[in-house]
Amino acid sequence: MTVLAATGAGRGLRRRLSRTPLWGAAPGVAFLAVFFLFPVLRLLLLSVQDADGGFSLGAYARAFSTTVYLHVLAITFAIAAETTLISLLAGLPLAYWLTHLPPRRRGPVLLLVMLPFWTSALVKTFAWLIILGRNGVLNRLLLAAGLIDHPLGLLHGRGGVMVGMVQAMLPLAVLTMLPVMLAIDRRLNDAARTLGASSVQAFWRVFFHLALPGLAAAGLLVFISALGYFITPALLGGPHDTMLAQLIITEVQEMMDWNFGGALAVLMVAAALLTCWLYERAFGIASVAGGAALPDPRRPLRRLGLVLLGVTADALSAAGGGIAARLGPRLSGWALPAFCLPVLAFLSVPTMVMLPMGFTSSSFLDFPPPGFGLSWFRMVLASPLWRDALLRSLAVAAATGIVATVTGALAAYAVARQGGRWGGALFALFLAPLAIPRIVVAFGLFTLFARLHLVGTSAGLAIGHAVLALPMVFVTVLATFKGYDWHLDQAAATLGADRRRVLVLITAPLVRSGLAAAFLFAFITSFDELTVAIFVSGGIVTTLPRQMWDDMILQLNPTLAAVSAIVFVIVAAALLVAELLRRAE
Amino acid sequence: MDGSTKAQAAGTAKLVTRGVAKSYGPVAALQPTDLHVGAGELMTVLGPSGSGKTTLLQIIAGLVEPTAGRILIDGNDHTHTPVHRRDIGVVFQSYALFPHLTVAENIGFPLRMRGLPAAELARRVRAALAMVQLGHLADRPPRALSGGQQQRVALARCFVYQPSIILMDEPLGALDRKLREHMQVEIKHLHRESGATILYVTHDQEEALAISDRICLMNQARVEQIGSPRQIYEAPASIFAAEFIGISNVLRGRVGSRTLRTPDGEFALPAVPGGLTSGAPAALVVRPENVQLADSGHGALAGEVVEHVYAGSETRLLLRLASGTVFTLRLPAGVPAPAIGAAVGVRWPDGAAVCVPA
Ligand SMILES: Nc1ncnc2c1ncn2[C@@H]1O[C@H](COP(=O)(O)OP(=O)(O)O)[C@@H](O)[C@H]1O
Ligand SMILES: [Mg+2]
Repeated sequence: MTVLAATGAGRGLRRRLSRTPLWGAAPGVAFLAVFFLFPVLRLLLLSVQDADGGFSLGAYARAFSTTVYLHVLAITFAIAAETTLISLLAGLPLAYWLTHLPPRRRGPVLLLVMLPFWTSALVKTFAWLIILGRNGVLNRLLLAAGLIDHPLGLLHGRGGVMVGMVQAMLPLAVLTMLPVMLAIDRRLNDAARTLGASSVQAFWRVFFHLALPGLAAAGLLVFISALGYFITPALLGGPHDTMLAQLIITEVQEMMDWNFGGALAVLMVAAALLTCWLYERAFGIASVAGGAALPDPRRPLRRLGLVLLGVTADALSAAGGGIAARLGPRLSGWALPAFCLPVLAFLSVPTMVMLPMGFTSSSFLDFPPPGFGLSWFRMVLASPLWRDALLRSLAVAAATGIVATVTGALAAYAVARQGGRWGGALFALFLAPLAIPRIVVAFGLFTLFARLHLVGTSAGLAIGHAVLALPMVFVTVLATFKGYDWHLDQAAATLGADRRRVLVLITAPLVRSGLAAAFLFAFITSFDELTVAIFVSGGIVTTLPRQMWDDMILQLNPTLAAVSAIVFVIVAAALLVAELLRRAE
Repeated sequence: MDGSTKAQAAGTAKLVTRGVAKSYGPVAALQPTDLHVGAGELMTVLGPSGSGKTTLLQIIAGLVEPTAGRILIDGNDHTHTPVHRRDIGVVFQSYALFPHLTVAENIGFPLRMRGLPAAELARRVRAALAMVQLGHLADRPPRALSGGQQQRVALARCFVYQPSIILMDEPLGALDRKLREHMQVEIKHLHRESGATILYVTHDQEEALAISDRICLMNQARVEQIGSPRQIYEAPASIFAAEFIGISNVLRGRVGSRTLRTPDGEFALPAVPGGLTSGAPAALVVRPENVQLADSGHGALAGEVVEHVYAGSETRLLLRLASGTVFTLRLPAGVPAPAIGAAVGVRWPDGAAVCVPA
């Protein structure tokens, strides 16, 4: 009897297991397990081994034996923290202003924020190099205007790094906090004002408070991304602005010391995870994905978070009220655009200035270009090195797009269908690549690919890029499923369609614009990706960003401007199409 | 109705549920439920929102796995048959028309799933479109249609592949009253033409009375009463049944010896329901149309007129009894109503009152 009951229950469980939509997530889970979790965990193992594979804490002993590495760690934290602070301070007014624009005008303005977000980090950095350099655009303008006698040293210091980092991170901050702000019921503000709050008070006491989860999520994402940065500090910074990621690259690429590189990577991951943990304690992780979960005031850390933010809001409210009173109502109405328009210019103008440089007739990077010429583009396309790099980048990006879209969309489907506890776990797994700095993922993949003979292959590149693109695909498709009517799937099933045919004939066609947008986001992610390319291309199969990086370290030339223009146009076109598709939903 | 009752008596139930139940964690969405639906019968599942109607329907369709119990179709166990192999048609309240397919493609979808040859498919789609008088809209996308037209497409898509059981979950819920009444007639017509067994969910008691062979009345995740519309209307089994269907006057009290003692007087009971012993709480149910006015001091009850409700073909009179209970009666058009504040008596013929447990 009990045996019978037990097998009956077993059959029921097996049936439920075989029918659950969670299976959709299986390919993505397997992919992430092999190409993300395993390699990252292996770094942890590497860090506590010596060169022969025996247990050893030598790497950590070395990291803490001199102050050199601790100093770099401190610089890394300082730069990441400063970047986060500035991005939040500038991003908050910008996002607030965006929520108040009429939707028709918000679209184009939002594109001005998204474009620098998706523009290759290399292209952006290159733009700053030719603007801020000793012979750069800015110095020439100032000299010509007679405002200075000697060119200013604007680069190769903390200032240059911050300019580059903030330009790269500010869009991320704005795009993260915007959905939360847009979800806030505007009538609450009006209600607060009818209750006697001034507009300044209404903002800080009501709107700001409700926007906090978005603000906190933006801070978290910016901080973690900034921790792993190396392009900007390497090209715009000086010797005192070396960040941890640069050390890791040197250890792995030049010293070939994986164990010590592993230890540095573990330190970076520890810092990132600690930040995530503190954040989770204080605000709850759901808010990263735009769920406006208000902090649960029962937890002590959350209470602390709330109190801190409350005090901040009060102080800013008082200060804001004072300034508004000083300016008078008419001027204070202009304060917001007066602040936001220059910020928007800061985000987009550098790229605009850089773009024409590729069309110069000169052999130097003069600004303004003395004449129009296409010789540099011709040279790029005639050079086997650049042409191969371009073709490989396109092919790898297409492969990345397909792999990431198929696995990520299936996973999003599973989570959207199932929800519940398992859905939550999958959600965390698929967003996890965002929580680990890219450099660590790239390094981990490098150690794995070395064994699988995937270093220096396009397949290796596409796999690595797919890991990085999966969170973006997952979030995009999941958002598409939010408004999906699951009755349609049920109806198709009752009409005789099995699970596969429901997916192919009903679900997929109905979310196709979301899928296409996700594909394009994955494509862009791969197309301008440098970190994985540095580690995995092995110096043999080079991609466009990799080739730009190698050139940029050596010397600036108009070829780079021409390549940058090509990259920019491709990325901008893909982004534009993706945005149009997403709006069409 | 007679045919189906007979079929059921002969044991040819098309659809049987045996103790099917569903709980979501601690919440019981459906208590164990036994149901027999005869072949060709149109049974409505009637109940207030949240009473488990949709859950019952989804379990039968295979869209929700029951926590317990079995589903038999034509005597075969189909509890674990996957949805797409049950050959059950479902009409959803939201219609669930595929927005990326045309009207004709929507209707052809189930035939396509069954691998019908193209010519045969086209012929049957045309016939189905003609049946719901939408032939001229075949190539439109569903969103270009009005609510009533979309509803008809949903019906055609369900009837076109002739499933032997059709489940409808509040199919007319989104239509306005006029259209709803019109569609009720169409559904009855389709039912008669096709001979399909239909389980029809609604929360609208008038709709249930109008179209059902039998009604399955549900309340709080349980079946409250099953019977023909006439049985349920004339002999409700509980206060809930009496109050949910039509307008009822309910006089609560306790059972005496062949009487019911209430604050408004003691009434002789024609029949005491089984299981009600002396002293048990019970109630007398009287339908307003069975009640007549009597002079003050005469009749079974005395009350004071508190309101007139004019409804065209009749006027409803609301009385307040001594206990404070409100009592309704109907005056046909043309009969003068007593003034508000007037003291009146009411009476009803023997057998017009039903005693139910309270
Ligand atoms: N997926 C679900 N999860 C949790 N509770 C549910 C779910 N579906 C239905 N319920 C609960 O079961 C009860 C019956 O629901 P339902 O069958 O939809 O009622 P009806 O169709 O009669 O309005 C309700 O209390 C509802 O809240
Ligand atoms: Mg329902």
